[in-house]
Amino acid sequence: MTKIVYIEHSGKSHSINVQNGLTVMEGAIQNNIPGIDADCGGSMACATCHVYVKEEWFDKLPKKEDGEEDMLDMAFEPNKFSRLSCQLIVTDELDGLIVQLPSKQT
Amino acid sequence: MIKTDALIIGAGPTGLFTAHQLKLIGLDCEVVDNLDKIGGQCIELYPDKPIYDIPAIPECTGEELTNSLIKQLKPFNIKFHLSERVDEVKNNNGKWEVKTNKGTLFNTPNIIIAGGVGSFEPRKFAPKECERFEEKSIFYSIKDKTIFKDKTVSIFGGGDSALDWAVELSKNSKVNLIHRRDEFRGAQSTVNKMNELKKAGKINLYTKYQLKNVKGSENIESIDIEHDNKEVTNLKTDFILGFFGLIMQLGPIANWGLNLNKKTINVDTEKFETNQKGIYAVGDICNYPGKLKLILSGFHEGALAARACFKLAKPNEKYRFEFTTSSKTIKNRLGIKSD
Repeated sequence: MTKIVYIEHSGKSHSINVQNGLTVMEGAIQNNIPGIDADCGGSMACATCHVYVKEEWFDKLPKKEDGEEDMLDMAFEPNKFSRLSCQLIVTDELDGLIVQLPSKQT
Repeated sequence: MIKTDALIIGAGPTGLFTAHQLKLIGLDCEVVDNLDKIGGQCIELYPDKPIYDIPAIPECTGEELTNSLIKQLKPFNIKFHLSERVDEVKNNNGKWEVKTNKGTLFNTPNIIIAGGVGSFEPRKFAPKECERFEEKSIFYSIKDKTIFKDKTVSIFGGGDSALDWAVELSKNSKVNLIHRRDEFRGAQSTVNKMNELKKAGKINLYTKYQLKNVKGSENIESIDIEHDNKEVTNLKTDFILGFFGLIMQLGPIANWGLNLNKKTINVDTEKFETNQKGIYAVGDICNYPGKLKLILSGFHEGALAARACFKLAKPNEKYRFEFTTSSKTIKNRLGIKSD
């Protein structure tokens, strides 16, 4: 189990233990964290699991694959710390990861 | 008013196979889809991505799967109403009256919702004030390009739509192309063309910028765009166009009195019927204990919902289960000569 902190746009924080191997998106969906839609179910086809990774964590994450940056063009208000949470696989290295959720996904 | 035995909402793989099942058992059906083409998510989201879990098909792309399903429907004459969204559903004496956003009316005992994650709508600009300029100064698709002649048009986006329109409109308009990063995901040939036009002064390119706000009273007069480094630039513009792809929204389905669970519709697992008699939900949009969002599950759900339609469409006949391998009636429907 790895601790992932999801911070809603309102500032409400959820500290969740997520099983390694799941994605940050799945951790949110399985624990009913509002603010992540994941319409396409994790096939990197919709940009509705968009999160802003807390700055100090951003460079510690595995780099984006080609398709992810393309998909982020379609996210709601992306910035340079944007990631698709369906592409972030939970491992021990991510213990304490903080992601902020956008005001909406669509 | 179109009378049909069953109306299918959604022309994705589940909707297509459900249509096949209905025709096979001798029921009429018509299909409505908000997209301008058949195929649903398979065509809109991942036409080139390989799928590996369709039974008996080791590998195929979303587009290939769609084409095969269309081919399978070829023996039947099915009417598709594309670029139409079902807006209203009303009960009238046990039949459903259905109205689309284009005014098409259906009267049917059965509605099968095969709507995936809802209808595809263009993804819109973030600033709130954009809404009131929609269809006046702000567009997400172009119906009549002549209105842009000799005007300034600011185009947002980095895919093929944004690039194609930037190139096309630069012939007769002043074009600003604004994108959130340096790379474009459109076809390389179009990117090259756009860069040539930029060098020739025909297109003003702003990368690492996003829309911050729009200014104007009746129509837009100017926009502020913000660079990644927070620097703001004001651009005079008559129109803005946004090409950020499509999003899925449940849309009007939410108002039809169905039992919803987040963005899905609760159904039983015998008929895949909702809490409303004669309205079924199949594929990704339906929900029941154990539901898997797989294409193969949608096929199964559609096959059962189609059988359930029979009773309401032909109340005086009894449905008889038959195999396609042996039934003469089914072979006739398929247009196969049996000897």
